[in-house]
Amino acid sequence: MLILSCPYCGIDAEETELAPGGEAHLKRFGPGSDDDAFEAYMFARKNPKGVHFERWRHAYGCGKWFLAARCTATLEVFGTYPAQSTEPPVEIVEKIKAKRPEWKGFS
Amino acid sequence: MSDPVSALQGASYDGFAQLREIGPLGMITLRAKAGTPGLEAAVQAATGCAMPQMRRIVRQGPCAAGWMSPDELLLILPYADVAGALARIGEALQGQHHLAVDVSDARAVFRIEGAKADQVLRKLSPVDFDRLEPNELRRSRAAQVAAAFWAEEGGFTLVCFRSVAGYVMGLLSVSARPGAEL
Amino acid sequence: MSTRLKSGGRLIDRSAPLDFTFNGKRLRGCAGDTLASALLANDQMLLGRSFKYHRPRGLVASGAEEPNALVNLGQGARLEPNQRTTTTELFDGLEARSQNHWPSLDFDVGVVNNYAARLLPGGFYYKTFIHPRAAWKHFFEPIIRHSAGLGSAPKDRDADRYEQAYAFCDLLIVGGGVAGLQAALVAGRAGARVWLVEQTAHWGGRAPVDGDVVGGMPAADWVEAAVLELSAMDNVTLRLRCMAAGSYDHGYVLLDEKLADHTPGDGRPRHRLWRMRVGKILAATGAIERPLSFAGNDIPGVMLAGAVRDYAVNWAVSPGDRTVVVTNNDDAYRTAIVLKEAGLEVAAVIDARNIANGPLPERARALGIRVETGRAIARVKGGKRVEAVEICQQAGEGAASTTLSCDAVAMSGGWSPVVHLWSHCGGKLIWDESEAMFRPDATRPPLHADGTAMVLCAGAANGALRQAVADADAQVKIALQALGFEAESEEVPAHDVADESALEPVWIMPQGAGIALRSKMWLDFQNDVKVSDVQLAAREGYESVEHTKRYTTLGMATDQGKLSNINGLAVLADSLNAQIPQVGTTTFRPPYTPVPLGALAGEARGEIFQPLRKTPMHDWHQQNGAYFEPVGHWRRPYCFQRPGETPEQAVHREVKNTREALGLLDASTLGKIIVKGPDAGRFLDMLYTGVMSTLPIGKCRYGLMCNEQGFLSDDGVVARIDADTWLCHTTSGGADRIHAWMEDWLQCEWWDWQVFTANVTEQYAQVAVVGPNARKLLESLGGMDVSKEALPFMHWADGTLGGFACRVYRISFSGELSYEIAVPASQGAAFWALLHKAGAAFGAMPYGTEALHVMRAEKGFIMIGDETDGTIIPQDLGLDWAISKKKPDYLGKRGQERSFLANPDRWKLVGFETLDGSVIEDGAYIPEHGVNANNQRRVQGRVTSTYHSPTLGRGIAMGLLRQGPARMGEVVEFTRMDGGVTPARVVDPVFFDKDGEKQNV
Repeated sequence: MLILSCPYCGIDAEETELAPGGEAHLKRFGPGSDDDAFEAYMFARKNPKGVHFERWRHAYGCGKWFLAARCTATLEVFGTYPAQSTEPPVEIVEKIKAKRPEWKGFS
Repeated sequence: MSDPVSALQGASYDGFAQLREIGPLGMITLRAKAGTPGLEAAVQAATGCAMPQMRRIVRQGPCAAGWMSPDELLLILPYADVAGALARIGEALQGQHHLAVDVSDARAVFRIEGAKADQVLRKLSPVDFDRLEPNELRRSRAAQVAAAFWAEEGGFTLVCFRSVAGYVMGLLSVSARPGAEL
Repeated sequence: MSTRLKSGGRLIDRSAPLDFTFNGKRLRGCAGDTLASALLANDQMLLGRSFKYHRPRGLVASGAEEPNALVNLGQGARLEPNQRTTTTELFDGLEARSQNHWPSLDFDVGVVNNYAARLLPGGFYYKTFIHPRAAWKHFFEPIIRHSAGLGSAPKDRDADRYEQAYAFCDLLIVGGGVAGLQAALVAGRAGARVWLVEQTAHWGGRAPVDGDVVGGMPAADWVEAAVLELSAMDNVTLRLRCMAAGSYDHGYVLLDEKLADHTPGDGRPRHRLWRMRVGKILAATGAIERPLSFAGNDIPGVMLAGAVRDYAVNWAVSPGDRTVVVTNNDDAYRTAIVLKEAGLEVAAVIDARNIANGPLPERARALGIRVETGRAIARVKGGKRVEAVEICQQAGEGAASTTLSCDAVAMSGGWSPVVHLWSHCGGKLIWDESEAMFRPDATRPPLHADGTAMVLCAGAANGALRQAVADADAQVKIALQALGFEAESEEVPAHDVADESALEPVWIMPQGAGIALRSKMWLDFQNDVKVSDVQLAAREGYESVEHTKRYTTLGMATDQGKLSNINGLAVLADSLNAQIPQVGTTTFRPPYTPVPLGALAGEARGEIFQPLRKTPMHDWHQQNGAYFEPVGHWRRPYCFQRPGETPEQAVHREVKNTREALGLLDASTLGKIIVKGPDAGRFLDMLYTGVMSTLPIGKCRYGLMCNEQGFLSDDGVVARIDADTWLCHTTSGGADRIHAWMEDWLQCEWWDWQVFTANVTEQYAQVAVVGPNARKLLESLGGMDVSKEALPFMHWADGTLGGFACRVYRISFSGELSYEIAVPASQGAAFWALLHKAGAAFGAMPYGTEALHVMRAEKGFIMIGDETDGTIIPQDLGLDWAISKKKPDYLGKRGQERSFLANPDRWKLVGFETLDGSVIEDGAYIPEHGVNANNQRRVQGRVTSTYHSPTLGRGIAMGLLRQGPARMGEVVEFTRMDGGVTPARVVDPVFFDKDGEKQNV
């Protein structure tokens, strides 16, 4: 059962206090977008064995959504950061690169 | 208007810790971003309390101000003072984006008292009570429902939603039964 | 025979006798006994029957690894099957019954399976029950299920209570032997927050039994001193009878603490499940001795050598008068020495090794014990009890040269570290050639959240079978350093044990045993898996250890292969001509030993099984005949039954009364979310399909919310409160979900928009006052003006009624004149009572959710969850009018533009009127001719809401039908459970008051 540190209130929350929200950093495609873009937004999800960025809400806590960088294979957590981020913070990216040299980087 | 009644009308239980439902208490949810001009004045005007730091609750007589999230405070005050406090908040935050609502009746409040009061909560919440700091307001869950609690005056005060007051009383009572000390 | 020795027994108190019964027989033990030691002291060697062949079974072990001696413990509400006698502490009045036999333990009919063993080889179930296919469900499965399971399932409600508790520490040390104690001392002195747990009732583990010397004193004395020092440390928590069941991701550990197993009915919880979060786990869980595989190794009286030693030293019980020790290592000589020194006879030590000249064998010889090297047991003779063993050469095929009469056999095939906590979360093992065991590979540990090792093993569990204290000291220092603590530099206490020479791996005894012998060599005693079964599986192509396990049921019994797994995979490796590490182990899964379901449920039973949400009027409902139904976690009155009424009759009465006079509905559960801010209107325009920003202050508007796929997700009435404040009503089940949905978009997508939300659902009690007399009632209360002019349909106003401050919404879900009145929840019960009191004159009756449903269906109003199922867009339901065509965007708009959603063949909402007035069955489909690609009957629609309408006196329904609105007047047929059909005409879904005159008066 995971523990993730909420970047808003500083609590190391356990999984039962959190609600999962799937892949992070999705770009919304609304009216006017073509079918491929909409399909990708709606359905195409990464499912890597390794580094993954995901959304979590501190549901039984401060109620805030945050993002986590995590290894799906070892469950190592590289860091958490606010949901108001369009991409992972540099320090987390650097940490992942150091720990997972084979990682191709955030895309 | 009849007298306001709390969810369980003051139910109590004596086990290895003493439980009672208190209230009704006046409660206001105040949402505003930190640093909003007038926010400190609003909290002061409503409760007489200073702005609480992250995860802290500041008490002043019968009033308190607790940090709920980066843009939410819980203000506690006598039930009868809520309307006046809302008006004062409105004045202090005039023209500023905020939301202040009366949630007094949406909540149930319990006191858990006695030397082993913490043990009652250790059975219900995934919280490290050894590391709970003085005046720390912790939001978590009590078994299957949301709860917030803090230590004060030889015990703990726990706030939950009104509709599950009976469930929470049941949880606390079962946990406090004699013979079940940790 | 097995008996109590005249003296000794470090754990028992002979002055405190305890009475207990086994199969009704009154027996006596003493304080400190386990049930196993007490039974053995009473010469009760036969304790059960094996699962498949019903072979006689006696004790093999003395601890958690015991596969055989399982009993039904207690009776009635305290009956628990499959309880290991070895881990059950004796108490006065204990009642135990043996399992898996009929009619009695001594005479068991099922033993015929034993003689048919040749017909029941590995994989028997898979081979036999596959044909004919139809026989499985009605013939094979019932019989197998009947004979499955060992003990009896309790039928009564559990009389005990259980609880859970959360705990946190830096270092959890599992195992209270000398390794665990030394680790705790070091960690405790370093100031770490430490928990030390031990599954038995005693500290010290094996060291005191084996006569180890620690820190210059007998192990037992050192243990006592260590516990004393630890007890005085505030930062150390000590728990006996506390078993670490499993380790999980990110330092989560479950501990099962047996509080009152040995004091049943004393008012304490029986078990407590600790849900622990730790920085590091130090597993000082010791090792488990391996049986040797020789023919007849399952006959009662054949036990592990370490267990024989335990019974003699701890409880002063001798398993037999004359014991043969059989071994491949030096450790088992300790048993021979202990027995000899206790005045018992040791017929011989049969050592499979050619040379045995270490200190222990030499000491045995010095005591006059006969030592036979290079020898093996060819077979054990006896039925329900060992009578003799035949001795042969280990190197040969089993030709017996000697027969030794004896009534007990103490066997040792070496020791296997208990690596469960290491392995549960993915810690890897390496094969240790010298000790012939798997031990933790420190380079591949299970990982914690930060990527560092989560578990360390110490002592025997780490493979340090003889230098446990030193290893524990080293390991705990590694753990402390990683946790950021500095260990004090103190001398490691010397741990003096006799030197042992190397063991010799022995997986089959004798080495060249033929099939007759191999068919009597048990690997898994409980599930009756023998060496020959594993070899058969290998021949049949089962190369993976996981497959072999499932095929043969090796290690699948309640002991989960604690004794059998290593021996089994060694036999498999040998059969496959592979190396043991290449074959590998099966996966270790929690729990280490079974945890009662009650402990896993904890407090969640009875009244607090789950949170029940109650409205402020709940007590009134309960006192007034409410027949409740669950709506999410809410309990809402389905109807209010009067004496003599069925629920159906009550619903009909409530509908008619509401339509003709006055109905009162507790609508408090309706979700209420305040949305405020300069961007609130813009935000709501994105959330709802319609336009909310233009809603005038004081007015209400019905709105639909969709998910991004365009599918309908929630609906409700929105009220504009002031310039930048809206109040959004949601469905009763949807309040939390929709509030979270709003916050998701505000926090994660439009975080620059100035909007705040608050879920105020529970702040208000809300009452729907519905029916032709609604206004009369409110006017009789006095207060605000509720006339048509002052408060028109789809308006709201604040004011007072009967002295209650309230907000009144003129909205209707029934088609009647209707007011929804919100008062503070703390006033709800009083306001509800006032409405009933004053309403009596106007024919007021409460009504429930079913009447609400019927009335909304009569009006053709959709219900989220009935007309919608997550695949329905508003356009399917004819709700195009609630969708803004002008807005460039709203959540779901792009999804609704997908081409397949515009297909004219989509099923769309219509009404149905049965031709004979009957009610269409719930869930009925509208089939059509032909079959689809899967050869299934084609369908063209289904019913979504179907009721008897008391207003119209006939069945009415809504449903989805292909091209529905274009087929008005057509007759279609609905399926029925009895195979028939119900013909119904396609009609407009609004059955009652089509022009809405009644609600708008």
